[in-house]
Amino acid sequence: MTRTTLKGLLLASSILGSAGLAHAEDVTLTIESWRNDDLAIWQEKLIPAFEAKNPGIKVKFAPTAPTEYDAATSAKLAAGTAGDLITCRPFDKSLALFNEGNLAGLNDLPGMENFSPVARAAWTTDDAATTFCVPMASVIHGFIYNKDAFDKLGIAIPVTEADFFAALDKIKADGTYIPLAMGTKDLWEAATMGYQNIGPTYWKGEEGRAALIKGEQKLTDAGWVEPYKVLAKWKDYLGDGFEAQTYPDSQNLFTLGRAAIYPAGSWEIGLFNTQAQFKMGAFPPPVKAAGDACYISDHNDIGVGLNTKSAHPEEAKKLLSWIASPEFADIYANSLPGFFSLNSTPVKMADPLAQEFVSWREKCKPTIRSTYQILSRGTPNLENETWVESANVINGTDTPEVAAEKLQKGLDSWYKPAK
Amino acid sequence: MSSAILSEDSIQVSARPRRWHILVFLLPAFIVYSAVMILPLIETLRLSLYNIVDGQSTFVGLANFKVLFGEERWAADFWRALKNNFIFFAIHMLVQNPLGIALAAMLSIPRLRLATFYRTAIFMPTILSFVIVGFIWKLILSPIWGITPFFMDLVGLKAFFSPWLGKPGSALIAVSLISVWQNVGIPMMLIYAALLNIPDEVIEAAECDGITGWSQFWKIKLPLVLPAIGMVSILTFVGNFNAFDLIYTVQGALAGPDGATDILGTLLYRTFFGFQLQLGDRSMGAAIATVMFLIILAGVSLYLFGIQRRVRRYQF
Repeated sequence: MTRTTLKGLLLASSILGSAGLAHAEDVTLTIESWRNDDLAIWQEKLIPAFEAKNPGIKVKFAPTAPTEYDAATSAKLAAGTAGDLITCRPFDKSLALFNEGNLAGLNDLPGMENFSPVARAAWTTDDAATTFCVPMASVIHGFIYNKDAFDKLGIAIPVTEADFFAALDKIKADGTYIPLAMGTKDLWEAATMGYQNIGPTYWKGEEGRAALIKGEQKLTDAGWVEPYKVLAKWKDYLGDGFEAQTYPDSQNLFTLGRAAIYPAGSWEIGLFNTQAQFKMGAFPPPVKAAGDACYISDHNDIGVGLNTKSAHPEEAKKLLSWIASPEFADIYANSLPGFFSLNSTPVKMADPLAQEFVSWREKCKPTIRSTYQILSRGTPNLENETWVESANVINGTDTPEVAAEKLQKGLDSWYKPAK
Repeated sequence: MSSAILSEDSIQVSARPRRWHILVFLLPAFIVYSAVMILPLIETLRLSLYNIVDGQSTFVGLANFKVLFGEERWAADFWRALKNNFIFFAIHMLVQNPLGIALAAMLSIPRLRLATFYRTAIFMPTILSFVIVGFIWKLILSPIWGITPFFMDLVGLKAFFSPWLGKPGSALIAVSLISVWQNVGIPMMLIYAALLNIPDEVIEAAECDGITGWSQFWKIKLPLVLPAIGMVSILTFVGNFNAFDLIYTVQGALAGPDGATDILGTLLYRTFFGFQLQLGDRSMGAAIATVMFLIILAGVSLYLFGIQRRVRRYQF
């Protein structure tokens, strides 16, 4: 009953709202989004750039609070009052919207060819037949390091796993810096900055991820256990009391110059640039042996889709094509260093740290976080279990083998790979 | 005939007028309470018997409970949460309530100076928000910026410090003690009030008989405040088995490390609302909520019929 009331209210508001616009000559497109933080960038840079080229189309960026976005958007979509363009969460949440008929398929959208299949994976149906959102931004994992500390201790940027641990040993022996700024209290740090960061190197990125989904590989296979074995070795290089160290603690330890290496996601760049008083650099996850192919986690985070009930689908498609263009990629990625465009055309980043991160795309193979597509649909939830087990491995509560076994057992309990 | 009945009625009415005001005064509370407590409770109980089958909400009987207790993963999670919840409760009963009684007894010493100050200071954390309490204690116990390692270092006990909140063995105890710190004011106040209610004559009579000091507390005061202690215990029981907020703010929704602080409340939250990539499962969540309701109901009934009726009350 409350739902129909809500629908009625929303419907009424939309009719009243659009009544005022009926006489306007211009078409107004509304973008629904959870990215409050991007409001200024849209209003000051992106929308003027688009409107200058497309007279007659006005764009309104209408963000909702991140925690309310999903519920508010589904209510608005159900009532038919949602904006023309819907910002897409990666994977299942958007897939559900597409399956309910709220998002239009965008396979033939001009500009879609600018994105690789990996970039589209987060907004493509399981059978890879239809893509329903234009990929907008991704985050890349790697390590940010304190350049001053590295210079002082005479450490070169580690390329292999052995280099990496040699560098950690050197930092530890010197004693000025905590070698690695990471804690296990918040659990997800261990999984996201640890396991998903270094893991692709061992399970060979997309190859391993696809095999896991197909059921050809198991989490107990060497490629999936080995990152845990490496993580277990990290324990000795973390700060005192890392078991109770939270994510903001880790950020502060690094930006205050007390730690030398920070296992990072590129979204930190903006914050670190304003807080750290020292020079910073970044390196991709170390490979096993010199000359091995490197893999990075280039995880799709934000996309934009077309509301099937949009009153102006042609104009909305124009805007989507523009969002798929290199021009958009350039403005967007440079305004938000750390959120990279998924466009195949490389974007030149003005921020050196962001440029370093994005440059890995040219030499390393990108993949996405292994637990996000399909594998986290059941109970127990693989992503959440991975958080717990990654922290357990680093804390020494579980051995790498036991952790992998637990994860596989949980996955087996509900996931039957399609044959 | 009919006139006779009428007259009889009218006599009764005039003798005992209908007291409408009782109904009128009860109504607002009844409506509000039904709307925000009773109806949601009934709806939860109903939901626990339904599940989504082929996209339709369907009556499934006790199937959700069969999953909860029958499937290895669900059962393991549930029993762990229940066990942790009992430990959580036991720590409150063993630490919070004796501490509350002791504080109340000390506060009621007539010669104590600054009694009002102590009373206010000890009660203060109770009115603080869980979010603030959780945040303060996370900082106090932080191995990096916390004052605990610093103070322990001053007295030469640094070696005994460990990141308690991050270790599976100590996290639950640490969180329970934080909760004790926050809530100790409630038993203190209730028992303090009960102690103040003891008439001076009783105490004076005891003193005439030579019962003073400790034996006076054990033999005279404690038996007289026993009903208050019983009430505090049942409040603690209900509060602990409904607990959620403090663990959520201190340890997060996954109640880490390794689920060591996962109690029924956090398990319910994760199941019902989902967490991160985990989607909410309303039916299973309702099933857990129903089990929680039954546990609390059983505990309260046990107290009501087993203990409260036997507690001797003294009228002065």
